[in-house]
Amino acid sequence: MLTARRLGKRYGEKRVLRGIDLELPRGGFLVVTGPNGAGKTTLLRICAGLAQPTEGVIERAVERGQVGYLGHEPLVYRELTAHENLELYGRLYRVAERRERIGMLLERFGLWDVRHERVASYSRGMTQRLALCRVLLHEPELLLLDEPYNALDEAGAELLDAQLAELRSERTFLLATHEPARVEPFASGRLALAA
Amino acid sequence: MTYVRDVGALARKDLLLELRARDTLPAMLLFVVATFVVFHFSLPAHPSKLAASGLLWVAILFTALLGLGRAFLPEQEQRVLDGLVLAPCDRSAIWLGKSLATLAFLAAAQVVALPLYALFFRPLTGSQVLGVALADVGICAVGTFLGAMAVTTRARELLLPLLFLPLAIPIVVGGVGAGVAAEPGRYLVFLLLYDLLFAVICWASFEYVVSE
Repeated sequence: MLTARRLGKRYGEKRVLRGIDLELPRGGFLVVTGPNGAGKTTLLRICAGLAQPTEGVIERAVERGQVGYLGHEPLVYRELTAHENLELYGRLYRVAERRERIGMLLERFGLWDVRHERVASYSRGMTQRLALCRVLLHEPELLLLDEPYNALDEAGAELLDAQLAELRSERTFLLATHEPARVEPFASGRLALAA
Repeated sequence: MTYVRDVGALARKDLLLELRARDTLPAMLLFVVATFVVFHFSLPAHPSKLAASGLLWVAILFTALLGLGRAFLPEQEQRVLDGLVLAPCDRSAIWLGKSLATLAFLAAAQVVALPLYALFFRPLTGSQVLGVALADVGICAVGTFLGAMAVTTRARELLLPLLFLPLAIPIVVGGVGAGVAAEPGRYLVFLLLYDLLFAVICWASFEYVVSE
């Protein structure tokens, strides 16, 4: 699904990634760990196609529309409601039976009652839940999740655990986290980045 | 049809955002009205046709710049552009949707600005209004494209006018010509060609603006 050879990234003089090799087969679950500044976010952005490596090569056996990317930012409009945001992404991702899928996700992530409120009024945890809805909306084959447990309360984290357990056998995951123990039961491999 | 639907969804989203946040159109309106009021009291009574036409274009260009400078701010705020870029739709739809929304804001500002200009300075001619409409298309096509380039930089407020104003000189030439020339037809054709040429260039190259 995803293969990288001698992957490196520089921003001017600053080297963010160096010599990363990774092989993520279809159905794999690779956990990326490392201290702050080790390049986890950069690696995920390269895998998503949002950034280009300055060294090495990356091959993706998946189309752009089949990638679900969760970054540090929720990638939703603050002045739109949760429903309007998902409706927009649903259209752009050509989601079949969009309304049903949006309703199901909002209900599952506990946002149904606030679906017509602006995202600007949400707490950080609610916004993260919405970001997870956005990522899962189009049922992507490859999920790139950067610190998905960030800002989630225990109930939210358990919801995410349940989603990962449900999708584990059907999807491919690349997940960066500071809490590798939490996703250990799902992991098929681990990549530790050094600072 | 899918492309048209994508453009429609993206443009509708921008109109909805403006309806909620109200931070672009009121600023544009306030600016263009203030500009005409200042010009009205600072210039001698009954300025020449050429001078009046010139100040109309100064007001239009800088009002447009105000809107263009804010066009991609909602996307920049939460890095939403990443989400749009990852979507499987044609990336030029992002540019076209944003251009159409900006065109709507500029047209709305001119619904107030043009009668005010006629009241304070000189009556408008049909060719002048047509010139403004054609110029708006070019301004929004080029300005939205450059706005997307500038928004990712730290000096975006400086960079956008630096890039946009030189490219807007032909628009001013065409717009002023359409308003004052005895035969405005060739200036209108010139504006139409400018619109077509730059719309095609921006449409075809927007992909590279939003890719690293």
